[in-house]
Amino acid sequence: MDSTPSIRVENLTRQYGAITAIQNISFTVNRGEIVGFLGPNGAGKSTTMRILSGIMTATSGSAWVGGICVAQNPREVKRKIGYMPENNPLPDEMRVVEYLRFRARLKEVPSRKLGETVQEVMEICDLARTARRKIIGTLSKGFRQRVGIADALLGDPEVIIMDEPTIGLDPHQIQGIRSLIDNLRGKLTVVLSSHILPEIERSCDRVIIINRGRVVTSGTSASLRQEFLPGNRYDLEIDGNEADIFGALTKAGIEAELIESTKVKDSISHLSIRADSTGDLGADLIKALGNAPTFSLRSLVPRIPNLEEIFLAATKRSWEETIESKPKVTQEPTSNTATETSPS
Amino acid sequence: MKHFFILMGFLYWSIVRSMVNAPAEMLPSVQFFRVFWIPVFFVVPLLTMRSIAGERNAGTLDTLMTTPTSRIAVVLSKFSGAYIFYMMLWLATLGFPLITSKLYPQAAAGGALLDPASLIGGYLFLAISGLLFIAIGIFASSVTRSQLVAGMLSFTTLFLVIAGGQQLGNIAENSTDLAAWLETTVNYLQIFEHLDDFSRGIIDTRPFFYYTSTAALLLGLSTLVIEAKA
Repeated sequence: MDSTPSIRVENLTRQYGAITAIQNISFTVNRGEIVGFLGPNGAGKSTTMRILSGIMTATSGSAWVGGICVAQNPREVKRKIGYMPENNPLPDEMRVVEYLRFRARLKEVPSRKLGETVQEVMEICDLARTARRKIIGTLSKGFRQRVGIADALLGDPEVIIMDEPTIGLDPHQIQGIRSLIDNLRGKLTVVLSSHILPEIERSCDRVIIINRGRVVTSGTSASLRQEFLPGNRYDLEIDGNEADIFGALTKAGIEAELIESTKVKDSISHLSIRADSTGDLGADLIKALGNAPTFSLRSLVPRIPNLEEIFLAATKRSWEETIESKPKVTQEPTSNTATETSPS
Repeated sequence: MKHFFILMGFLYWSIVRSMVNAPAEMLPSVQFFRVFWIPVFFVVPLLTMRSIAGERNAGTLDTLMTTPTSRIAVVLSKFSGAYIFYMMLWLATLGFPLITSKLYPQAAAGGALLDPASLIGGYLFLAISGLLFIAIGIFASSVTRSQLVAGMLSFTTLFLVIAGGQQLGNIAENSTDLAAWLETTVNYLQIFEHLDDFSRGIIDTRPFFYYTSTAALLLGLSTLVIEAKA
C-alpha cells in the first residue's frame, strides 16, 4: 500500500456564527489504524467527523481522505468513506435487507454485485441469520447499531467513521460491537468517537483527545500516560500512623508524594502515592515499609492510570491553557441552531 | 388518498347534480377542473411536507448526504416521487366521468361528459401546474426540519399563488389606470385564467413557461438549501 495517510486534517476550523466549534484542528490517521476521538460533549468531535464525511463544509482549513481533498472533490471522498452518524438514524419502516440494498445502490455498488455485497456485510455484522427480514423499527438498539455499521461497510470504503457507535448499549452489546471493530482492524481505517473512555482504550490503537474545539493531545494510551501522568503510582493500605510512612520512605531513599488519603477504619487508611522515579519500585517499597515499627503495610498495589485519568488531566490542562491565553473563552457550541445537530 | 377520492367524487357528483336542475354553460368536466384548488390545498402539503423535512428530522438526510449521490438527484427524486403520486391521484379522477357515462348512457350521448378537448386540456393544465405546486411543497419542506412548519409553509404559499393571483386579477380589472405592462404581468400569474384556456383546449406556451421555470427555480433553491444546511 502507498504511504499517503488515510486522513489528513490541517488547521480545520468551523464556526457557527459567533461560536467556534473547532479551531485549527490538525491530525493524521494512517492506513489501517483504529483511532478514537475522545472529548467531552460539545468538544467538536461530531463537527470534525461531519466535515470529514463531506456533510458539512469547514470555515477554513483543509482535510484529505485517502489523498483527496474533501472540499474540492466531495463525491470522490464519499466513495471512500463509510459514515455512521450519531444516534444512527435509520428508516423505521424498512426491512434490514431492503435498507441495505437501497444503501448499496446509493453507494454505487453495481447491481450484479448487490446481493453479494449486502450478504457479505450482513455476515460481518451478524445480521444475516437473525435479523435479515426484520423491520428496522422493531429491532433492539444493539441490532440497529449493527445495521448502521453494516451500512457504513457497504461500498467497500477505505475509511469508516463512526460517531458514538456504542452509545446507549448494554455491556453485552458493547462487547459485540467491540469485537466487530476488532475484526475490521488492519483491513480498514476506523475513526470512532466516544466519551466512554474504557471503550476507546480497548478498541483503539491511538487516541486523539479533543477539548473545546482543539486537539489537546494524541498518541497511544501508554505515551499519553507518560506525558500527562508521569511517575509511578501506588495504592497502599496501612494500619497505623500515616504520617510516619514518608519518614520511612525518605530513609530508604524513595522520593514520593501523597496524592490522596482516605480513612477506612479507625487506624487503617488508604493512601495513593506518586514516586517521581521511573522503574518498578514495588520491591523497594515493601522493603522500606514492611518492617516499620509504628505502622504495618496491609497491601500495596501499583496503579496504572486509565484513560479516564489521562483524559481528565489532559482536558484540565487544556482548560487552564485556554483561560490563560484567551481571556474571552470560546463558548461551547452546545446550544446550536435548530438546523444543526449539536456537535459533540 | 381515500379522502381525496371521497371529496373529489362528492364535488363531481354535486356538479353533475346541479346540472340536472339547471342548464349550465360549462361542461361538467370544466366545472370540475375549476375546483382543482380545493384538493391542491391539502393534497400538495400533505404529499410533500415529509419529503425532506422528515428526512432531516430523522437524521437520514445526513446518511443520504454521505453517499456519492448528488443533491440535485435527491431533490429531483423527492420531487418526482411526489409529482407522480399527485398525477396518479388526478388521473384516477378520470373514473368519475367514465362511471357516470356508463351508468347514464343517455347523458353521455351528447358528448358532454367525455369531451376530449376539455379533458385533455384540463389534465394537461393539472400536469403543468402540478409541477409548480409540488415544487412549492418540496421547497417548503427543504427549508425546515419540522413537517408541520413545512406543511403550513406550503399551504400558505399555495394559497398566495392561487388565490393571490386571482385577487390581483380582480384588482387589475377594477382599476382602469393600471399600466399596460403591469396588466400583462398580472395576467401571466392568473392561474384560473390559464385553466380556462386549457380546459377549452387552448394550449398557450406562456403559462407553460411560467410553471416550469418557477418550478425549476424552486427546485434549484431547494438544492442550494440542502447543500447549505444538510
